[in-house]
Amino acid sequence: MRTLFTLYCRPVEDTQPGLSTTHGPEGLRVALHGRWTADALSVPQVWARVQQALPPVSEARAGQTPVAWDVSAVQRLDHTGAQVLWDAWGRHWPTTLHAEPVQKAVLERVARFSVPMPQAERPNLHTVFLALGRRVSRVGYHAAGAVRLVGQLLLDMVQLLRHPLHGPWRDVSSHLYRIGATALPITALVGFLIGVVLAYLMSKQLRQFGADSFIVNILGLALIRELGPVLAAILVAGRSGSAITAQIGVMRVTEELDAMRVMGIPKGFRLVMPRTLAMAVAMPLVTVWTTLAAMLGGMLAADLAMGLTPAYFFTALPKTVNIANLWLAVGKSCVFGVLIALIACYYGLRVKPDTQSLGEGTTASVVSSITMVILVDALFAVIFKSVGV
Amino acid sequence: MNLPEPMVRIDKLWSVFKTAGVPTVIHQDLDLDVAQGELLSIVGGSGGGKTVLLRQMLGLETPARGTVTVQGRPAAELGRAGASSRVGMLFQHGALFSAFTVLENIAFPLRERGTLPARLVRDVAMVKLQMVGLDAKHAHKMPADLSGGMVKRVALARALAMDPPLLLLDEPTAGLDPDSADAFCALLQSLHHELDLTVVMVTHDLDTIFELSTRVAVVADKHVVVNATPQAVVDFDHPFVHDFFRGGRGRRAQALLHPPVHPA
Repeated sequence: MRTLFTLYCRPVEDTQPGLSTTHGPEGLRVALHGRWTADALSVPQVWARVQQALPPVSEARAGQTPVAWDVSAVQRLDHTGAQVLWDAWGRHWPTTLHAEPVQKAVLERVARFSVPMPQAERPNLHTVFLALGRRVSRVGYHAAGAVRLVGQLLLDMVQLLRHPLHGPWRDVSSHLYRIGATALPITALVGFLIGVVLAYLMSKQLRQFGADSFIVNILGLALIRELGPVLAAILVAGRSGSAITAQIGVMRVTEELDAMRVMGIPKGFRLVMPRTLAMAVAMPLVTVWTTLAAMLGGMLAADLAMGLTPAYFFTALPKTVNIANLWLAVGKSCVFGVLIALIACYYGLRVKPDTQSLGEGTTASVVSSITMVILVDALFAVIFKSVGV
Repeated sequence: MNLPEPMVRIDKLWSVFKTAGVPTVIHQDLDLDVAQGELLSIVGGSGGGKTVLLRQMLGLETPARGTVTVQGRPAAELGRAGASSRVGMLFQHGALFSAFTVLENIAFPLRERGTLPARLVRDVAMVKLQMVGLDAKHAHKMPADLSGGMVKRVALARALAMDPPLLLLDEPTAGLDPDSADAFCALLQSLHHELDLTVVMVTHDLDTIFELSTRVAVVADKHVVVNATPQAVVDFDHPFVHDFFRGGRGRRAQALLHPPVHPA
């Protein structure tokens, strides 16, 4: 209660910035009082009052009426307050000014440093044209970067095959754990739910034609061949692709990449290759795991919705779905894994040392790896259209 | 009349950090008062908790025990709206917002208030920019394009944006060339004089300590072992003080003490 009391009963009038004008025999006299500080002036009511009071005084100055300014009663004059005054004076010293030496020093500093603003570069037709060209050539730049990264990866793989004992195996195993093992719960949940939803939707349609038993064909083919690999790849791209980009990007921001280079540690061999290897191994495993979870969900839903027993499901599945589909899925997801890792590393290494670039890089990494996964999946569908169906 | 309230009052402060579950005590029953208008240098060994002490004053760390009061209010309340007009902080590595230009960085605290017209805010920021010795042409650069010394100056300009009565500096002259360090000291001294600024700085730079500070606080053995005028601290008998001030560099820098330079 007491604090409230003191808060409201503080003599506010004394500290607020203000000015009083008196007409004397030798012209107008403006006396300033209160605290002319950034803090006090940026209170909206105060600023409105100061702004209202100041222009008439400036006009009097313009009308050649002599104005005497008295600043000496001001409790505290900081650079913002001085700037307000300097602007009010039309950026000239008034003819008569009463100020303490300390206040004068602040005013003099503001006067000395009040210079016209240097113009920021405005875009004109020429710069717009150049920007367009830069954007076009960036496509080629990205392509060259991608080729360089893949080439470096191949060279690193050759080196690894020559001296397998000197490989960064500890890094590979830690990435395997982070990319693969920690992704198991989320991929299982998403896969299971997709399986349930798909089985329910299909059961309604199939029952109309009395083709209940075809649910095994549909679930088996769709989940094993397409949905399992793509679903797992999208989840891993969102989870681990973004993590890889952010991790390498922060290493750029904190100059860790430069430190590695100075110590002669190749970043391709120690950063890109372990992640790519781990992704190439983990991705097929995660895919099989996601597919299994989805099949389980589909099987349960089929049992509940159509009374199709799991026993029938297990006997019918090998007959209706060719085993080639599984190999295709595993091979496909291995390619997805390599692509996600390479794209994530590429964007991570391109991050510039500021926060905005880090955010943009991570977004670009996830968006391009998911797009790439879907494009490559379509390519696989076209190439292997006669295999396993 | 009661005595004027100290700018910063630290009372029986304990700072404790947990590393892997094991508590490490940084400060133990540490007392420190900073009076209005003082230029206090905090010195101490590496890892002795100088920066942690600054962070406690800013309310960035929570005291395990004891209290930290800044301008009569608990330090934990500092991080609220309007903090920039109560205290300015120069971080060791600048901590500039990398997505903003130099001018936007400096104008940020004032612009956030949303009252003053953009033109005025920009002019104030330009004055601050040149006040710290930077050329007007750097106004539109991004922090990533600046050198280390320039980053430091922009950070100082931002800390001063609202002309706060209390200024905390973490290693202000580290990474500046001797010329800039001198200019920095001169600027700080004139601001201290004109705006009645209270300054607390953590520094290893003996020249800065002897040229600027009105008081020196030595943090060692988890306490402030001595808090006195530079000359009194040099004469104080403590192993750390002995090594710090009476090593070869210390003796050379002390030449600045004779004759005394500041009109305190």
